[in-house]
Amino acid sequence: MTRFILGRLIKAGFILLAILIFNFLLIHAAPGDPAAVMAGEAGAADEKFLADLRERFGLDQPLYIQLWTYLQGAVQLDLGFSYRQQMPVAELIADRLPATLLLTGVAFLLSLSLGVLAGVAASARQGSWGDTIISTLALLFYATPLFWVALMAALVFSVWLGWLPGFGYSTVGAGYTGWAHALDVAKHLVLPATTLGLFFTAIYMRMTRASMLEVSRLDFVKTARAKGVKRRVILRRHILRNALLPVITLAGLQAGQIFGGAILTETVFAWPGIGRLMFEAINQRDYAVILGVFYISGAMVLLFNLITDVFYVIIDPRIRLTG
Amino acid sequence: MLRELKFAIAATVASFVLVGPMAAQDGTPQQGGTLNVVIQPEPPGLMVGLIQNGPTQMVAGDIYESLLRYDANLQPTGQLAESWEISEDGKTYTFKLRKGVVFHDGKPFTSADVKFSMDKFLRESHSRMRTYMQHVESIETPDDHTVVFNLKQPFGPFIGIFEPGTAPMIPKHIYEGTDFANNPANNTPIGTGPFKFDEWVKGSYIHLVKNPDYYMEGKPHVDEVYYHVIPDAASRAVAYETGKVDVLPGGSIENFDVPRIRDMENTCITDKGWEYFGPLSWLWINLNNKPLDDVKVRQAMMHALDREFAKDALWNGLGKVATGPLSSSTRFYSDSTPDISYDPEKAKKLLSESSYNGETIRLLGLPYGETWQRWAEAVKQNLTEIGIKVEIVPSDVAGWNQKVSDRDFDLAFTYLYQYGDPALGVSRTYMSTNAKVGSPWNNVANYQNPEVDKMFDEAALMASPDDRAAAYKTIQDQIVSDVPNLWLLELGFPTIYRCNIKNPVNTAFGVNDGFRDVWIEKAK
Repeated sequence: MTRFILGRLIKAGFILLAILIFNFLLIHAAPGDPAAVMAGEAGAADEKFLADLRERFGLDQPLYIQLWTYLQGAVQLDLGFSYRQQMPVAELIADRLPATLLLTGVAFLLSLSLGVLAGVAASARQGSWGDTIISTLALLFYATPLFWVALMAALVFSVWLGWLPGFGYSTVGAGYTGWAHALDVAKHLVLPATTLGLFFTAIYMRMTRASMLEVSRLDFVKTARAKGVKRRVILRRHILRNALLPVITLAGLQAGQIFGGAILTETVFAWPGIGRLMFEAINQRDYAVILGVFYISGAMVLLFNLITDVFYVIIDPRIRLTG
Repeated sequence: MLRELKFAIAATVASFVLVGPMAAQDGTPQQGGTLNVVIQPEPPGLMVGLIQNGPTQMVAGDIYESLLRYDANLQPTGQLAESWEISEDGKTYTFKLRKGVVFHDGKPFTSADVKFSMDKFLRESHSRMRTYMQHVESIETPDDHTVVFNLKQPFGPFIGIFEPGTAPMIPKHIYEGTDFANNPANNTPIGTGPFKFDEWVKGSYIHLVKNPDYYMEGKPHVDEVYYHVIPDAASRAVAYETGKVDVLPGGSIENFDVPRIRDMENTCITDKGWEYFGPLSWLWINLNNKPLDDVKVRQAMMHALDREFAKDALWNGLGKVATGPLSSSTRFYSDSTPDISYDPEKAKKLLSESSYNGETIRLLGLPYGETWQRWAEAVKQNLTEIGIKVEIVPSDVAGWNQKVSDRDFDLAFTYLYQYGDPALGVSRTYMSTNAKVGSPWNNVANYQNPEVDKMFDEAALMASPDDRAAAYKTIQDQIVSDVPNLWLLELGFPTIYRCNIKNPVNTAFGVNDGFRDVWIEKAK
C-alpha cells in the first residue's frame, strides 16, 4: 500500500509538471498579453506605457526564460506574483479558497447524498411512479444548462419571491458577526450551491440507479434472497455496496474539482471564489494567476484520484493495488 | 407596425431622458445614507495616476480631485483651484488654489503637490498626460497657493485637462522619491476627495466612507459608498431589481434589459454625464487591404449602414447617429459635414462603380457583450444587402486588442473617448504620425493625408478659439469625404438610478466625477 502510494505520488509530480508546462505554453499562445489588456482598458496608451508594463511584468524576457523562472518558483511552491492585482498569487488564491470550498464542498455533499439516496429509492421500485418522477427530474436537471438554471433560480427566488439573496457572499455593510454572519452566508449559499449541486445530483442518481439495477440481477443477490435475508439488508449490504464503485469514481472526479471552483455558478451569483478568479484572469491574460489555479486544481485532482483508488480497496476488498 | 413600435420606443425614451435630470434638481439636500453602486469590471487598482481604465476612474473620482471640474458644456468650474487666468498669448496659466485643503491623511495640499503630480508623477506614469505635458515648458510655485504653468506655445486644449482621470492631484509626501508603481500606498489611495478609501474585499466590493474633513461645508451628503463587483450582466440587473444596488452606471447592464429596468417604480434614467468622454463608435477600415483602399467601396459601405436602426433596436434609442469624426459634445464639432446617411440605393450604385469584386470582408466584433455581438450581425446584414460578403470574426478582449494593434482585420468595431477636444481625443485617430502598429488606440486604419496632418498640428496650437473652430471645420469636411472609418453612433450610455437619489450626474463626467453632491431623499 505505502509503496503504491509513493509510486503514484512520484508519477503525480511528473504529471503536474507536464500540466504546468503545457498550460504555460497554451496561455502564451493565446493572442494578447496582460500589458496589452491593461493598455486596452486605459483607452489610450503610448509605446513607453506598454514597454514599462512589459518590463515590470517580465514579459520582455524570451519565453523559455519566463517558463524556466516560473518552474523554478513552482517547484519551491512559489506561485509567483500577479502584477495586475499587485498581490502574490498564493495570497490571492488563499483569499478566494474558503468561499470556493464552502460552495463546492456543500454542493458536493448535497449532490452525492441526494443523488445516491434518490438513485437507491428509484431502483428499489423500478418502473413505479416514484421511479418515473425521480428519473424524469434527473433527466431534466441533467439536460438543463447550468447558467439558465442559475438565472431562473435568481429570478424566481430572489426577484419574484424575495426569499433569498440573488448574489454575493454575504450582506455587504451589515456588519454581522458570529451566528448571524453564518446564517447570512448560509442564505447566500442556498441558490449557488443548489444550482451547482443539481447537475451532479442528476448524474449520481442516474449512475446509482443503473448500477443498482445491474447488481440486483446478479446471482449472489438471488442467493441472499433465497436465504431469506431481509430486503433492506440486501439493498444496503449486497447491492448498494457493490453498486457504489462507479459512483465513487465519479465522486473522485468531482472532488478534484472542488478546489478549481465553479466558473459559471460563481460568475452568475457573484460568488468570490477561485473559478471567477481564474475566469477573470484568463480574460486579462494574468498568466501567473491562471497557472497558479491550474497548479492547485491539478494537484488536487491528482490527489483525489489517488484517494479514490485507495477508497476502492476499502469498499471492495477484491481489488488489489498495483503501482 | 414596426414603425409605430419604433416611435413608441423613441417616445418613451425621450420622456425618460427629460424627466431624469429635472427630477434631480428639487428639494434641499438631506444628510446620511448609503450609496450602493455597481462597478464593472473589478478594477485592477484604484491609483488613478497609474491606471486609467473606466472602473478605476469611477472609484478614483470620489477619492482624488483635480484643479477643475467641467459642466455639461465643458465649461470649467473651480475644484481645488479657486480661480484661474490664461494670459493673452495663451502661454501662461495661473491657478489660485483653495486654502485649507488637506489630504485624507491630514497633511495639507499645496502648490508643491500640484507641481509634483503634473511634472513628476503623471509625466512618468500616465500616457495621455505625457503627451499633453510636452507642451509645458515649466511649472512655477511662487507661493503655497499659486501655480503657474508656462507653455512652450499656446495649446488650446490645456484648460480642459484638469479633471481627476487625467490630472489627479497626488500627495507628494507619500510618493516623492519612491518607485511609484510599487509603492504600497497604492493599495490605500489617498487624495483630497469627498470620500476616503476604507476597504476593498477583492471579488466582492469596494467601500468608501465620507471624508469628515472635506473642505466644502456640508459635503458630501451621504455617509458611505459601496461599489459592488457583480461579474454577470444579468445578475447586475437582478441586483438592481432586488434593491441591492441603487445606481447602475452606463454600460452596467445589457441594453436589452434597459427597458425592463427603466419601467420599474422609482427609477430614473439619464444619458447625460458623458459629454467630456464623447464616446464615439465606428468601424475601423484597414486601408492597407484591397479593395478597402478604394474610396468608392468605403463610401458604399458608409451609405449601406442603417444606423438609425442600430440606435433604436440595439441602444434603446439612446445616443445619436454620428455625422463624422467628432462627437457633437466635443468642442468645435461641425454639423454641416458631407452627408453620410443611410441610402442603400446610392450604396449599391457606388459599389458597382468601385473595384469591389466579391471579396470576403472580415468583420472583427467588439467583445463587450451581447449588444456588440448583435450589432456586428446587423452590420453584416446591411453590407450583405448591397452585395458585400462579410464574415464575422469572434474574439475575447485580449484577442481583440492584439488583432487591432496588429491590423489583422478588414473592418473592426471600436469606440473611443474624445476628452472634450479634438486635439486630445480625435487627432490621434487620423494623423499619419500616429499610424504605428502596436496599440489599438493609434491610427490603426493607417489613414494618410498630409493636409489633415498639417491642419491638426496647426489647429492644436492656435490661441484663438475662433481660428480653431474654422480649422477643425475644414478638417472634419476633409476626413468625412475620405471615409477612413465608418462612423456609427455617439454612444448613449444610460445611468439608471432610484429617483430618490438626487444629483448622481451633474457634470460632463457623470458618475466618474464622484458623488460629492449626491444626496438621498428619505422615504416620506
